[in-house]
Parts: sequence; structure tokens; C-alpha cells
Amino acid sequence: MSVLSNMRPVDEREFARVLAEAAATGTPLEISGGGSKQSIGRPMQTSATVSAKAMRGITLYEPSEMVMSARAGTSLSQIESDLADHGQMLAFEPAELGPLMGGEPGQATIGGVFATNFSGARRVSIGAARDHLLGVRAINGRGEIFKSGGRVMKNVTGYDLCRGLSGSWGTLAVLSEVTFKVLPMPEDTATLVLLGLPDEFAVEALCSAMSSPFEVSGAVHLQAALAARLEHAGLSSQGKAVTALRVENFTKSVRYRTDRIKNLLKAYGDIHELDRDNSLLVWGELRRLSVLRGGEGPVWRISTAPAAGPKVVAAISAYMDCRAFYDWSGGLVWIEVLATTDAGAADVRRVIATHGGHTTLIHAAPEVRAAVEVFQPLEPGLERLSRKLKAAFDPAGILNPGRMYPGF
Amino acid sequence: MRFVIYHVGASGRESADDTQTPWGPTMPLALPEPDQVVMRQREAIVEDLRRLVAPGGIIGDEEGRRAYETDALTAYRRVPLAVALPTSTEEVSRLLRYCHANDIKVVARGAGTSLSGGALPAEDALVIAVSRMTRVLGIDTMNRTATVEVGITNLGISEAVKAQGFFYAPDPSSQLACTLAGNIGMNSGGAHCLKYGVTTNNVLGLKLVLMDGEVIDIGGRHLDAAGYDLMGLIVGSEGQLGIVTEATVRILRAPEGARPMLIGFNSSETAGRCVSAIIGAGIIPVAIEFMDKPAIQVCEAFAKAGYPTDAEALLIIEVEGSTEEIADLLNVIGGIAGRFAPSVLRISQSAEQSAAIWKGRKSAFGAIGRISDYYCMDGTIPLGKLGAVLVAISQICDKHGLKVANIFHAGDGNLHPLILYDANDEAEAERAEKAGEEILELCVTSGGCLTGEHGVGIEKRDLMRVQFTETDLAAQMRIKTVFDPKWLLNPAKVFPLDGRETALEAA
Ligand SMILES: Cc1cc2nc3c(=O)[nH]c(=O)nc-3n(C[C@H](O)[C@H](O)[C@H](O)COP(=O)(O)OP(=O)(O)OC[C@H]3O[C@@H](n4cnc5c(N)ncnc54)[C@H](O)[C@@H]3O)c2cc1C
Repeated sequence: MSVLSNMRPVDEREFARVLAEAAATGTPLEISGGGSKQSIGRPMQTSATVSAKAMRGITLYEPSEMVMSARAGTSLSQIESDLADHGQMLAFEPAELGPLMGGEPGQATIGGVFATNFSGARRVSIGAARDHLLGVRAINGRGEIFKSGGRVMKNVTGYDLCRGLSGSWGTLAVLSEVTFKVLPMPEDTATLVLLGLPDEFAVEALCSAMSSPFEVSGAVHLQAALAARLEHAGLSSQGKAVTALRVENFTKSVRYRTDRIKNLLKAYGDIHELDRDNSLLVWGELRRLSVLRGGEGPVWRISTAPAAGPKVVAAISAYMDCRAFYDWSGGLVWIEVLATTDAGAADVRRVIATHGGHTTLIHAAPEVRAAVEVFQPLEPGLERLSRKLKAAFDPAGILNPGRMYPGF
Repeated sequence: MRFVIYHVGASGRESADDTQTPWGPTMPLALPEPDQVVMRQREAIVEDLRRLVAPGGIIGDEEGRRAYETDALTAYRRVPLAVALPTSTEEVSRLLRYCHANDIKVVARGAGTSLSGGALPAEDALVIAVSRMTRVLGIDTMNRTATVEVGITNLGISEAVKAQGFFYAPDPSSQLACTLAGNIGMNSGGAHCLKYGVTTNNVLGLKLVLMDGEVIDIGGRHLDAAGYDLMGLIVGSEGQLGIVTEATVRILRAPEGARPMLIGFNSSETAGRCVSAIIGAGIIPVAIEFMDKPAIQVCEAFAKAGYPTDAEALLIIEVEGSTEEIADLLNVIGGIAGRFAPSVLRISQSAEQSAAIWKGRKSAFGAIGRISDYYCMDGTIPLGKLGAVLVAISQICDKHGLKVANIFHAGDGNLHPLILYDANDEAEAERAEKAGEEILELCVTSGGCLTGEHGVGIEKRDLMRVQFTETDLAAQMRIKTVFDPKWLLNPAKVFPLDGRETALEAA
């Protein structure tokens, strides 16, 4: 298998040939982008790694139409810097997992961003990566190149494979080119901070701000132990939990809206304000998940109804020592737990089953990830459909077999 | 032009005044031959079906069935085998299990306002209409979700959460009549989707009944469902993957205020360039709607909204926020528009005026339907091509000796050219169809697509190859086979009738 190891096809056709050959010979492949999220998922038994990294380049950028296309291997950092040159951005703030996984920042590729559908703080107001994907070109496990969607904002022509492939972790098809919606960067940004709130109150405050007409674009709460790890000295030195709300808009609107939100939340205590520069620092840091870095313990990522967030954390805390970072106004919880043989999987899953939602073991030693379900186990009906979907795209089972679920 | 006062087809739905049924041209689209075995057993099947649902839940008589023979693409009519009006997920499940076991085709239906023939029945198919499943199951303002049975109308959701100050964002013009079920079927959009997204961006959870009767739950009140994005595949699948019975949708707090402005231009092309300039300046209004002169005149006569009837093109631009924010933003937009020599620039001065402005826009199809038959197109194009495409559309219609009224969601490039013609004139109807095809091909070659929000249905089924290769289509059809291996759900739609076998064999 040495011929096959570590290939980097430079274009879609070459990639398709590799996959067709692997399908013919039943050779399981690990599909990678920049490798920043390589250690997420179940460890796989594959014969070779094929990287999309050499398929690079921005192929279309129309700022006035808010649309960009890029080959899947284009680095996220290049895309974001080109967008910034035109005052635009990826509105869903793709989470930067590299540092958390022990790698360098800036390694992610745009294909990996959509294949994993990991979105950052703004997801709560503006949608996920999958909501911004307009079109894809991809190669399935038969080595066939196909497309779906396009470059326009509205498109219901045929089934929606853009959504279908988002978050499929390279197990259905390899994205070769993606077209996505971009948005203007806001003129101004401010952050309101509450200190020392218990989780329950914090999430209540976040939810009531989210339920206001003032378009909060980020709503997070860090327990004191994690807030202490913030690089932003002004916040980390407080020794208290940090609850933060972001408002982005034209300057005048930011002023008006932060005032209104302060008024709305005054019962929760003193409200501090971060200016634009400080806001950008803090939200940038949150996006890199730097508060989870350095911890040796396993990290879980939990998606639940926002109001259930603190209940989930309280219930898990009854079983194990855990530290929580709430995003999405409580609906996304990153928790760090102590390293054990199963990373607390049995208890964490039981808690989720009670409160609703799903959870992924983002960071843990390979032997732990091999022993427990990394992704949320599916109900039998969903599992059957997912298995069949996998077989429809990749009948030979060559694309990241077993990465998401055992057996497919 | 012949003036027709036209009537809503007897399609068994409470149709709002402004969601009247247009007449599509009498197109020669092939529909599959009905299964004679099933047809012959109709009486017995109806008897069986009656045992599966509460009394009154099955319509078997000719007249009753005829009420469901079409949707808003009324050129096509097929009286269904029977119609079921289930009141629960369990009933839907029993019906599907029976149909699956007996190889009976099924067409899911909401309110039947589809403009692409998506809800058109077949003579050998059971129509399952969810119109009796309208309960609101839960409103959760803390988590900003509402859980409903999908037979509720689109507007019904907003109405249910209005007292708490919330609304459901996607707002098709047909929102008074159309159901969430149909919105999910078509991934419907609306005027305010520029800011808030379309249906797929606003659904968090679904209860789906598969063709074999199995009930599955996807997602919930949390964001981003676990595993593969099956919800993303189901939304917009035109009733071909399963029947949705319940959904959890995202609800949003209503803005403090909203206000539209009207900007008239001396040419459509200038209006198009103005739209690009506004978006290029980093401003995303909540809506940017476009009308050309024929549309302006008809809508003004209907709604008395104060539209400038001498303008060649009109933009309705709406922004949201506090009174002061609105004033500031409209001011900036007015400044940008000023660079394009607008003939009129008028800000709505009252809630009544705003309502009239939107009434005119949202009843545009109905208003035009009062004066002529029309064929409604739904392509999307890249915004930068707007000017050129508008010129080309008028050339196409001129060539065929037809008039066209253009109404569309300009902010996201979703065009609705309405080709006016006389349905009683067969030759003209044929020309309208031809012009429509040419317009859609133009949209695709301009970098856009066949349908932005109305769906493929039967109407655009045979044009799919203009946009997709065989491999592209096979990738989609295999998904149909995953969910519905016997292809019993709404099978005559979306995919060209030929070429299905290879995709099926490959699956
Ligand atoms: C005047 C007028 C204006 C319109 N304006 C707009 C607009 O602005 N934007 C827009 O997007 N559309 C618009 N439409 C089109 C139409 O209203 C939408 O497509 C709407 O979503 C259809 O809803 P319905 O309840 O009528 O569904 P139907 O027409 O009954 O069905 C639509 C599709 O959904 C499927 N379906 C129905 N129920 C289910 C279910 N329970 N599970 C799975 N599939 C199901 C059907 O099989 C069919 O394929 C307009 C139509 C008219 C007549």
C-alpha cells in the first residue's frame, strides 16, 4: 500500500481517479484537509491518507454579491484574509480547533470547515456553516464527480446536497470545491460583561438578551475556572465567572443597543463594557477555544436547548469534576473533564438522553476514542437511514470508514 | 390582452384573496400511466383506508376527490385514487404502512398552493393532506422555538407567537394559505429571507414518517442535529422522502419597528445596479423587492399603495430597528440610491402606508391574475447579471409576442417573471411555455438555477438536465432510493422520467 500512502491529488480529476481505484480494490482511505481536526472521531484502520490540501485556490469572489468559491484545500486563513481585504467575513465564525487538538492555528482548510460544520459564536444569530453553503462540487466513494447547489443565494433545484454533505466528516464524499455566502464585517462591535454569575442565572440573562430585539451576535458564559485562562488579562484577573454578550452593527446602533440591553439585564448585576478592540480580542480568543487549551483532560462538545445547558452541566458535575464554557446562549457547551478510561462517556450520554440534544467527544486519547462512541449514538431509525445513505454515496466503504460510527 | 376575472380552482382549500390560482399553460409534460391493478381495486382500497383513520378521514367520492385534483399549477389535473385527512402521526404511519405493503403511490399535500405542480395528485395515488393537523404543541420563548403540527399555516405560526412578541421568519407571499408542511416540502422563501434565511435555515427538528410507516425524529430544540444532516435533505425534497407531521422551528423576537421605502427608477437596469451598490456598501436590508412597470401598475390599481405608476422599475426596501435606527439606515440607502437618479424616493410615513406597500407586493400574483393568465417563473441569477438578464427576458418575450411583468426578490437574485398569455389560446399558451423554458435556461447559463423557491415539481422536471449532469442527478436519486426504495412517494416529480432505472440499479 505504500504507493497509496499520503497522497495529495492536485485536482478534482486526479482525486476522482484515486477514489475510483480505491473503490475497485476496496482500499479504505483516510480523507483529510489541513489535518487540524484529524484526531477528532473514532480511530480508523485505513491503508492510506489522501489529502485535499493540494486542491487550492479561490475560484470566484464577488464582494457585491456576497459570494465566494474556493477549492476545498484552500486555507481558511487565506480565505479570511482575502475577505477582510474587502471588509467581509465568514459570518458563522468557523471554530478554530487546531490549538485545542495540540496543533498550530491556521491549518484548517475551507473544505474541512464545511465537512465538519463547526460554527462559532455567531451561529446562534446568523446560522451555521451549513446555512452559508451555496454550492458544492464533490467526489463520492465511487470516484464520481458531482455538483449540487450553485453560486446564487436561493436555490431549490433538486435535493439539497449542500446540507446533506455538511457535517458528514468526509464519510459520504470528498468536497472538491465549495461556494459560500459571505457577509460584510460590522462597522462596530461592543461586548457587555457580567461577572460572577452562577451558570443558571448567566444562561437566563443570555437567553433574555437573545429574546430581545437588539440582535445579540454572541452570548457566552465561562465558569470561573475557565475564565481564569483567558488571555485577556482584564477578564482573567477577576477570578470570577464571565458572562459576555456581543453587539455588532453600525456604531450608532451599537451604542443604542448596548444601552438597551444594559437596561434589560440590570437586575443581574454590574455590567461592564468592552470596546471594539477588546471585543475583537476576546471573541477571537473564544473562537480559538483557547480556554480549553492546556487542559489535559478530555473535552466534550454538547448541543442542547439553551435553557437546558446549565442543567446538563449540573447533572454531569454530579458524576465527575467538570468545567464548562457555554456558547450559543447556553445551547452549546464545551466541557472539560478528568481523564478516565471512558472520559465519562456513560454518564455524559445518560445526562444528554435525559435533557435532549447530542454530544461529541472532541478531544481524548486514541484508546479512549476507540473504546467509546465519539459521535452521538443514533436512534435505530436514524442509524438505519444513515447507514443506507453512506452505502449510497460510498458503497465500497472507502471514505473515512468508521470515523463517525462503528461499521460505516 | 383579454381581461379575465378568474376564480380559484375548486381545490378544496380556504384560499386567501391574494393567493389565487394562476393558470399555467397547457403543457404536454408526460405523466406516468396509472397502475391499472391499483385503479381496479379502488373501492376495496378505500374501504381498507377507512379502517385506518378516524371517521370522516377518507374522501372516496368523485366530487370530494376532484377538489384535490390540482394545485396552483392548474394546467395539470388528476383526480386522485382517494384523499386521506389524518389527524395524527399514528394515522399517517398506518396509512403509509398500508400503501407500502400494497404498492400504492402517495402524494403528500399541505394547502395545495405549489406553483410547480409539486402537490399534483396521480390517479393511482392516495393524497395524504395534513391540513387537519394544525395544533401548536409548544411555544418556548426562552429557547426561541415553537413546536407545531405541520398543517398549520405559515402565518398561523407567527400568529401563535405574536402575543409573546415573536414571529416565524420565512414569509412566502402565500403565507395566509400555505402550510408549514408545504414550506418544508419546497424549502420556501419569502420577501424577508434576505436577512433571515429560507425554511431550511429556520427548522430545528422534524417528525417524519417514512414510506414503510416508521416514525423518526430528527433534531429538536437544539442547534445542528446529530449525525448526517438528514433534516437538510428532507427540507426541499418535495414530499419524496417521507411525510413530515411535526416540526420545531426557530422563532425570533420581532424587531422594534420596520419601515419600507419606495425608490422608482427610469430603467430596470439602473434599479439592478442600485441593488448591487446597496449590498456592496455592506448594508443588508431585511427585504429588497423589485417590480417593473407592468407589475407596478397592476399592483397599484389593486392595493393603492402609492407606487409610482410612471416609473420603469420600483424597489421596495425595508429596514428594521428603532425609529432612529430606521431613519438613519433609510437615509444612507437613500444616499446610495441618489447616485442612480431615482425618479421617486419615498419613505413610508405610517403603519398603514407600510401595510399597503406590502399588501401590494404580496398580492402581486393575485392582482396580475385578475387581468391575465400568467405563467410564473422562479429562476435565480447572480445579482451582477440582473440588468443584462432583464433585457434578455424582455427580448425573449418580445420574440414570442408576449408581455411580461417582473416581480422578484432582488436582494437575492430570485426572479419571478410572469409571462402573460391567454390560456384559451392554445398557440399562445405554447409560446408562453417556450418563452418560460428559454428564460430558465438563461438563468442557468447566467450562473443561476431553475428554481429559487417554488420547487421543481412536474413543471421543471424535464429541464433538470439543463442544470445537472446524469451523475449529479444520480447522486440525488440514490437518496430518494435510500428513503423510499419502491419510489412510491410523489414519484412523477423532480427527476426526468427517463434515466431513473440506471440510478436505481446503481443504488
Ligand atoms: C399566490 C402565490 C404566492 C406564492 N408566493 C411564494 C413565495 O413568496 N415564496 C415561496 O417560496 N413560494 C411561494 N408560493 C408557492 C407555494 O405557496 C409554496 O411552495 C408553499 O410552500 C406550498 O405550501 P402548501 O401548503 O400549499 O403545499 P403544497 O402545495 O400542498 O405542497 C408543496 C410540496 O410539499 C409537499 N408536501 C406537502 N405536505 C408535506 C408533508 N407533510 N411532508 C412532506 N412533504 C409535503 C408536497 O408533496 C409538494 O411537493 C406562492 C404560491 C402562490 C399561489
